[in-house]
Amino acid sequence: MSRIHIKQGRIIDPANKTNRIGCVYIADGKIISVTNEPAGFKPDTIINADKQIVCPGFIDLSTRLRQPGQSRKATFKSETVAAASSGVTTMCLQPDTSPVIDTPAVAELVKELAEKANYPQIYPIAALTRKLEGTELSSMLSLKQAGCIAVGNANQSVRNLLILRRAMEYAASHDLLVMFRPNDYWLGNNGCAHEGAVATRYGLPGIPEEAETIALAQCLELVELTGCRVHFGQLSCKRSVIKIHQAKKYGLNVSADVAIHQLHLTEKDIIPFDSNFHILPPLRTEADKQYLRQGLASGTINSICSDHQPHDIDAKLGAFPETEPGVSSLETLLPLMLKLVTQRAITLEQGIASLSENPARVLHIKSGALTVGFAADVCIFDPESEWQVNSDNWKSQGVNTPFWGQMLKGRVTRTLQAGKVIHCLEK
Amino acid sequence: MADNIQLNQEGKLKHFLTIEGLNKNLLTEILDIADSFIGMNDQQVKKVPLLRGKTIVNLFFENSTRTRTTFELAAKRLSADVLSMSISTSSTSKGESLLDTIRNLEAMFVDMFVVRHGISGAAHFIAQQTAPHISVINAGDGQHAHPTQAMLDMFTIRQIKKEFSNLRVAIIGDILHSRVARSQIQALNILGAAEIRVIAPKTLLPAHVESLGVNVSHSLNSGLKDIDVIMMLRLQKERMSSALLPSESEYFKCFGLTEEKLKIARPDAIVMHPGPINRGVEIDSKVADGPQSVILKQVSNGIAIRMAIMAMAMQKQSIT
Repeated sequence: MSRIHIKQGRIIDPANKTNRIGCVYIADGKIISVTNEPAGFKPDTIINADKQIVCPGFIDLSTRLRQPGQSRKATFKSETVAAASSGVTTMCLQPDTSPVIDTPAVAELVKELAEKANYPQIYPIAALTRKLEGTELSSMLSLKQAGCIAVGNANQSVRNLLILRRAMEYAASHDLLVMFRPNDYWLGNNGCAHEGAVATRYGLPGIPEEAETIALAQCLELVELTGCRVHFGQLSCKRSVIKIHQAKKYGLNVSADVAIHQLHLTEKDIIPFDSNFHILPPLRTEADKQYLRQGLASGTINSICSDHQPHDIDAKLGAFPETEPGVSSLETLLPLMLKLVTQRAITLEQGIASLSENPARVLHIKSGALTVGFAADVCIFDPESEWQVNSDNWKSQGVNTPFWGQMLKGRVTRTLQAGKVIHCLEK
Repeated sequence: MADNIQLNQEGKLKHFLTIEGLNKNLLTEILDIADSFIGMNDQQVKKVPLLRGKTIVNLFFENSTRTRTTFELAAKRLSADVLSMSISTSSTSKGESLLDTIRNLEAMFVDMFVVRHGISGAAHFIAQQTAPHISVINAGDGQHAHPTQAMLDMFTIRQIKKEFSNLRVAIIGDILHSRVARSQIQALNILGAAEIRVIAPKTLLPAHVESLGVNVSHSLNSGLKDIDVIMMLRLQKERMSSALLPSESEYFKCFGLTEEKLKIARPDAIVMHPGPINRGVEIDSKVADGPQSVILKQVSNGIAIRMAIMAMAMQKQSIT
């Protein structure tokens, strides 16, 4: 395999506490040295990273590539190109595909699709319950053996707490991480917007924050009961951050993430009835947004995910409550993280850690760092480069983003996955 | 704001989707034009040729008698050709999307859609998707807005009370699910009512209801004090099965408007209701049919107000 010399970039590698200008040396798909040139190193490729940032490739804990079952929305082919162009080198796939990832056969199909798309680092999350119906346990061990990295119930609530308890006990028996998006089915009441002033004004069915915080509190109690390791995904409100903070302080083995758009948008940004703002969990208040930012800065929230959900045009064409929720968000992930840095909500090191080192720790994988011996997953980006979110630049098949048409700062110039260049920005 | 799609470049009405975003002058203009049509009801020939040659389609995805009939009559009195369709039983049950239904009708050279739909935002969506020459009038969308109902209510209030600035108005009942209440509150605020009070149990009030610009009360006894205008809302039967209320009788006991409760309000208070009325649930028959009730006047005024709005939206310029 080829030998690559990444030259004179600013290396930011939070796991190794590195922040300096230097070189990265790669051979046989692995990092062989950072800064010091190995004796007799003869590169096949030299990448000039002058004025650019070199950091670990990003690890996304929640994405949907829509295959199998919904290739009208997106495909592995389209979305892995989008991921590569965004510096993302590892993706966890939510199990709500069609069919659901609840048998080893579907998990294997997903791995196969990933290989075919030349983007092998895709980890399926197995369904926690069969068909995500919340009534029977999935074959978690077989699914783990088939390559699933965790178990979860995607956006479906497990309404019966006894079944949730059993599922967590069983997952803990096999040392499986449970990825849990807290949402009480009944309190959520099929809503489509934050239960607040905006939903009231526009007559939109509301989702109270208690739908999230109560489900979160219940699950935390079950963490204590079962000893299961749980990662809470896509938190949306202040009191969830407080609960996670308390749980960590108390000593529970939990972690949490937030979707990138929750750190930038609030209910007030919703342009009335623009279905691109139909997102679950819903966009909440300014206070919630600020608290989520603080939670990220303090480390209560471990990581940022894209919660990428590409849609076909028809899915978003209709009256707001009838449209499908979700944002196509891989490609805005880095620029929106950098915006948090510009707005002084977090430091650049924290931002990069929340996309690399921290999710790697959540998943217990040897990744997310430029450590010698690790697979060479590297993202090189120009933090000053401006680009417009438009059809010339967009790669995802889903164009459902509230940021369409906006100018964003920060662009990935090269992405390496296990030492292979999977993205190179044409000049 | 998306509400601007209601106005054309000159600031004149193009669509009528919601009261929000419209100013006092425009609302007053609607009321004034409706005033000029009101005399027509007594004439032998109840027609003006303002919309001759225009085609209006009433698209009702939800059942309605009153609203649909008054829209139809209003269009006919303006000499337009009208087609009324109840879609709940035709195309959509065959799986045709809302957009396809609209596209098909558009292909039949329609000039205006009057739309009622069960989902909030449906009228906005149709207005965004239709060809630029077509006007869309919202005849009620989900829990969002029912602006023509609100305007006919404002018209009725102005007929009797003349001014808005010294009026205290109470809106009573299921505010949470009511598109009528949302539009009434917006119109009353724009026209400068002195106070708007909503009276309901907490289960029937939306979150942060005060943010709409209202005061909140949970009892008729305190809520009706000093009130000039009482606007009742219809209580849907399914509110009982969804655990929002224990029973109709308990609701009537707490929030039903009886002659006795009516005495708490000012002696010259008027009683309004958008219909259809649930007698004995939200209002006692003696009040509904009593001297302070203006419920049937509201219905008659519905024709004039809808004529005014249709004429304004189609002419896209002032006709006064």
